[in-house]
Amino acid sequence: MGTKVNLISGRTIVQGQNLDNKLSEEYFKEVATCELNKAEMERLGVAADEPVKVKTSFGEVVVKAKEKEGTPEGIIFIPMGPWANALVSGNTHGAGMPQYKGIDAEIEKTEEEVLHVKDLMKTYMK
Amino acid sequence: MVEITDVVCSLCGCVCDDIVVEVEDNKVTKVKKGACSVGKSKLMGHGRIESPAIRENGTLKNCSYDEAIKKAAEILAAARRPLLYGWSSTVCEADKVGVELAEEIGAVIDNTASVCHGPSVLAIQDVGLPSCTLGEVKNRADLVIYWGANPAAAHANHMKRYSYISKGYWTEEGKKNKKLIVVDVRKTATAKMADVFLQMEQGKDYLVFSALRAMLLGYEDVVPEEVGGVSKKDLLETVRLMKEAKFGMIFFGMGVTHTRARHNNVVNAIQTTRAAHTHTKFSIMPMRGHYNVAGINQVCTWETGYPFAVDLSRGYAWYNPGEISATDLLVRRECDAALIIASDPGAHFPGESIKHLSKIPVIQIDPFPNPTTEFADVLIPAAISGVEAEGNVYRMDNIPIRLRKLVDTEYVADEEIMKRILEEVRAIKEKEGE
Repeated sequence: MGTKVNLISGRTIVQGQNLDNKLSEEYFKEVATCELNKAEMERLGVAADEPVKVKTSFGEVVVKAKEKEGTPEGIIFIPMGPWANALVSGNTHGAGMPQYKGIDAEIEKTEEEVLHVKDLMKTYMK
Repeated sequence: MVEITDVVCSLCGCVCDDIVVEVEDNKVTKVKKGACSVGKSKLMGHGRIESPAIRENGTLKNCSYDEAIKKAAEILAAARRPLLYGWSSTVCEADKVGVELAEEIGAVIDNTASVCHGPSVLAIQDVGLPSCTLGEVKNRADLVIYWGANPAAAHANHMKRYSYISKGYWTEEGKKNKKLIVVDVRKTATAKMADVFLQMEQGKDYLVFSALRAMLLGYEDVVPEEVGGVSKKDLLETVRLMKEAKFGMIFFGMGVTHTRARHNNVVNAIQTTRAAHTHTKFSIMPMRGHYNVAGINQVCTWETGYPFAVDLSRGYAWYNPGEISATDLLVRRECDAALIIASDPGAHFPGESIKHLSKIPVIQIDPFPNPTTEFADVLIPAAISGVEAEGNVYRMDNIPIRLRKLVDTEYVADEEIMKRILEEVRAIKEKEGE
């Protein structure tokens, strides 16, 4: 059972620079990450670049932890992209728009590896 | 080496049009000035989809444009519930043919607004939008509010060209005589620049807008000491700055549209702007993401009457985003083929909807390989609009700007690809009719 958090996703500058370069290592390094504040990282017992597993009712994904000052307690931020969206519901609540921010999630330390984008896509194709 | 000035950027909704690049041997070799780091990355280019291809037994096999276009047309003509999705990172001329194709085959046509500012569109249809151009913001605004938007990461030139840092006719001293308010959950790079930063609890936008509205309309007494994690003191300071401004501007982003309450948040943002009108000039604008997402909304509206999520299967346009947005359609596993152009649902749709998309025939038209390519069945590489092809796009304030062609290419432009698919589809239908 992981720590309960509120997941939000959004843009970062490096994510934007690699919008047309999503199969690259740069994109992977930037987007398959999860930003947390220092206290949250200490509580989870993870250091920067160590893998964490994030679960929601809609899916789970392994990403690398990244310390980010300015992230409030109880909030985690995953840059918009395939890893964040593995955790998002397809329910648009009648508005056509999935809820990409404010998702109840759990986060925990893991030994599992982060899937590269091609392998992540394969999980949908089964 | 040739220097090209007044280059227009085809990345984000800022559509910066004062870029200078160097071109040598038919390649952009240097971005000299004007572009942000994200725009520069776009102009300098990345790895391409090198050839048209068709997937056979799980493997993509290169083919000619003619073969890929023919295959695409066969898939679309045979589909019972086709989805045509994307359209925001290409030009209006291609979008127009897209709507024509949707009409021809009775498809659902949707664009990336349905995963960015779709809720803003719904709110604007509900209560209107007291807005202006970015030129007016540059020349007049002395108070800028970014709400649920982080331009430092997503629209890196926005502050410099159009808002807080820009210098205009009545704002010649730039940020010296302007105030910046940022409302966000995280203390972002944009928030760090703010005179007032309202660090709000996630998902409490509606409450904070309501508190500001009440205060602007003179009902300060009904506002409690804290609203959505923001102190009444900070709210009062915000209202003071809003009332004192000669021209205030609210820019709002995905922080408002991606959370619970969605379009209701935007309705409240617009009504807050109206409440500010009882004191001074105030305007509001969504921070549109892709460089031509505003343009496909324009094209789709003038062609069908509606800006996104339009179902043409009935023979007339039917609009109901919560029922027929791409996400809804895919989650219900309703569509049986999809054409994806100038967008990447593989990266940007919820996993639940990708599951279905990856199992149906998918035609991808794009200059670049991306997660959608992993399951696409027909690949049609396109020229890069704004680098290798020209055409019209709409900036986030709905100002049309023409993208320039900087270099020659053998890749075919989106408009021509769409025209050729439409022609093939019509030929198939004609044959079937015989």
